[in-house]
Amino acid sequence: MERVPILKVGDVLLISIQTDLEDRTALALQEDLAEQIVRTGARGVVIDITAVEIVDSFIGRMFATIAAMSRLLDARTVVVGMRPAVAITLVELGLSLGGVHTALNLEKGMRLLAAPDPGGPPGTMSGR
Amino acid sequence: MLPISNDVEMAAVRRAVRECAVQIGMSLVEQTKLVTAASELARNALLHGGGRAEIALVESGGRRGIRLVCTDDGPGIADPAQAMSDGYSTGGGLGLGLGGTRRLVDEFTLDTAPGRGTTVTVVSWAWRAAGPR
Repeated sequence: MERVPILKVGDVLLISIQTDLEDRTALALQEDLAEQIVRTGARGVVIDITAVEIVDSFIGRMFATIAAMSRLLDARTVVVGMRPAVAITLVELGLSLGGVHTALNLEKGMRLLAAPDPGGPPGTMSGR
Repeated sequence: MLPISNDVEMAAVRRAVRECAVQIGMSLVEQTKLVTAASELARNALLHGGGRAEIALVESGGRRGIRLVCTDDGPGIADPAQAMSDGYSTGGGLGLGLGGTRRLVDEFTLDTAPGRGTTVTVVSWAWRAAGPR
């Protein structure tokens, strides 16, 4: 099974998803990430999906799960680099990823995490 | 005929659909919608005991498209109308239900009955295609 590498950049953990994730890889990523957040004391998580061609309901839910889990461990999550076609498809599918912060690219995502936490999560997960 | 009995085979279905979509010159958005729909349907089949997918190129009035037939031998659906409504999902709540998938494709047919399994047939056309790329 492939494992997605988790890089530490300052107090941010960076996950760059490069392949079409199989379910078990996605599940392993959640576990690895939780462990790394606790071990490193990271305050932020950036998930870079620039290379991701599709986000289905399973992967969408994984983002929401990671965001919720990270929050419990005192880290904020930002999903960056979503392709336009993926955004269009997610909306039509009915998965709006409420509760997950997004930024256009890695740079903006890092800047968002460097800013003070504005407070609670952005709305609640809709489209279950 | 592609089997769907685990997550690796599901990924193979996505890849095969993507290849066909590229072949008939679908736009990136068309490709993305269809591959996402295929992923949702394959997951439904997997959650209901596994199944199979069949991909075919179709043509109508000079327009090219892809037909994907996804079948499982699960318990079938007693109330297809309810299954199509947003947010409805069996199989442990892992799916979005079929309603979202329907919006991603041009044609959608659900054939099911209790004890008879479920077959979903979808067709998507390459609307903006100017020939294969």
